[in-house]
Amino acid sequence: MISDIYTIWLREMIRYVRSKSRIISSLAMPIIWLALLGTAIGGMVEDSPFLPHNMNYIQYIAPGIIGMTILFTSIFSGISIIFDREFGFLKEILVAPVSRLSIVLGKALGGTTTAMIQGMIMFILGILLGVKFSSEFGIGLGFIITVAFMFLIGLSFVSLGIAIASKIESMEGFQMIMSFLVMPMFFLSGALYPIETLPDWLKLLTYIDPLTYGIDGLRGSIQGSSVAHFPLLVDFGVLSLFCLFTLLLSAYLFKKS
Amino acid sequence: MVAVKITDLTKKFDKLTAVDNVNLDIESGELFGLLGPNGAGKTTLISMLCTILKPTSGTAQVWNHDIIREQDMVRKSIGIVFQDQSLDDNLTGRENLQFHGRLYKVPKNVMNERMKELMELMELADRADDLVKTYSGGMRRRLEIARGLLHHPKVLFLDEPTLGLDPQTRRHIWEYIEKLNQNEGITMLLTTHYMDEADYLCDRIAIIDYGKIVALGNPSSLKESLGGDVISLASSSKDEKLREGLLKIENVTAVDFVEDAIRLTASKGETVIPEALNVVREHGVEVKSVSLHAPTLEDVFIKFTGRRLRDEAEGKKGQLKRRIGHRRRLHH
Ligand SMILES: Nc1ncnc2c1ncn2[C@@H]1O[C@H](COP(=O)(O)OP(=O)(O)OP(=O)(O)O)[C@@H](O)[C@H]1O
Ligand SMILES: [Mg+2]
Repeated sequence: MISDIYTIWLREMIRYVRSKSRIISSLAMPIIWLALLGTAIGGMVEDSPFLPHNMNYIQYIAPGIIGMTILFTSIFSGISIIFDREFGFLKEILVAPVSRLSIVLGKALGGTTTAMIQGMIMFILGILLGVKFSSEFGIGLGFIITVAFMFLIGLSFVSLGIAIASKIESMEGFQMIMSFLVMPMFFLSGALYPIETLPDWLKLLTYIDPLTYGIDGLRGSIQGSSVAHFPLLVDFGVLSLFCLFTLLLSAYLFKKS
Repeated sequence: MVAVKITDLTKKFDKLTAVDNVNLDIESGELFGLLGPNGAGKTTLISMLCTILKPTSGTAQVWNHDIIREQDMVRKSIGIVFQDQSLDDNLTGRENLQFHGRLYKVPKNVMNERMKELMELMELADRADDLVKTYSGGMRRRLEIARGLLHHPKVLFLDEPTLGLDPQTRRHIWEYIEKLNQNEGITMLLTTHYMDEADYLCDRIAIIDYGKIVALGNPSSLKESLGGDVISLASSSKDEKLREGLLKIENVTAVDFVEDAIRLTASKGETVIPEALNVVREHGVEVKSVSLHAPTLEDVFIKFTGRRLRDEAEGKKGQLKRRIGHRRRLHH
């Protein structure tokens, strides 16, 4: 079981390391967002009473952009099962004497690892752009909690991607997923603006969005509870539950398909 | 012991019945061939046996495990070379094999030894560390075969393994497959379009047409069952009166019209030719050439399906088209 998971994981890693263009293009967008949006809107909202004290906008959205990187990378990794199917390789895996659960876990952990690496690169870029580690946990513990949240976000959304891929037949469905699920999820997550100031109806949508808790958790662990919206434990609890749910769902749907 | 026991196995796609109530026993250690024209249902049958396609009705046991209820056990007992592409393009040849070896728990030293042997056999040794993306069609095919032969399963399925390969390579592969069958006692179920392949390799063959098995036996008894030589008169006539006339000739046992030839089956064929030509002329039919040969599997095939197996050049082209179509199909 463990060795099967490792085998599938290893393949994901080899493919990841080899796909230089994918690595670069999936980092380009968040970098542009962070640098351009951060600077452009940053000038507009300087000294805004809604942003937490002495924080510029780049600092504020950095956890959101890290979350975005992880979200996109992981959803894509999950959905890439469709490619495996299209190119026939999935059959090689499906006739092998490995349990369906190992396949899902290997794939999910592989995708999570790549998403975390991408997230970590964004994190380092953020630091280079002046984002400060200012949570009350200090650098060491703060970093560990940050990584834990990256892991949970990654695993949740790779699993969601696998679940979706088990249901949709071809790449055509992919655009739909991007427009109707991934983008709204990102914009509603409070990655780009504080939740406090939203009207109630929008706040409600934000609370339903699982990514909200992931990004809030990153904020809490990088910048401290005074910047975060929810207590860190709430973020952690909700996200863990969501993660467990998507993981079980993906295992179930993959087995059935 | 029966290695593969197929009972009333049926697969329907909407209205089309791809596999129609097939019953078949394959003995352990047997090298069994499945012959049939395009769309006969060979791949569908194999897909069900290796658990990636659910039967509509009926079932089968592979190495005593039920393909519906004991899929995990079936998967532990089998290996397969798929008809259509199933490699990871972004891995190297070696990595594809290693992936396979790990999934099938081939011990490391055995793995390295076999990998070396197979890569040499398939003439891929110098390309082992190139990405599969950069391989030619034939190289991919050879790599798929190498991968299928890497772990030694109880039952091995080979779906048109040597399709599109050059004669010399096919020869090497046949010898290796035969050796594996004899030395390791691996039961094999092979589909092919090449009559010479079936003839050379298979202990028994089944001819399958429209999802049904229409003939079963060992190659030589099937050929003998035709009851004589085959005389082929090149003519596109389909005249029923002519058929009757030809059947009246002494020693003629069957007359078939296929595409561009009239085919007579007759014992003492050479003595029949002059008389046959007379009859043909009497009916005002022109014959461009005449040939006589001892029966081949091709003739057996024509007898049971009324069709020729497509000739090889045309076949390869058609096959390529099908393979592209195939990719979308096998998932469910
Ligand atoms: N997923 C599918 N959906 C619908 N029809 C299918 C599907 N798979 C196969 N068929 C049909 O079932 C029939 C049998 O196909 P199959 O691939 O088993 O033939 P085959 O004997 O392997 O042919 P070939 O020699 O060309 O490989 C064909 O008519 C094919 O169109
Ligand atoms: Mg086929």
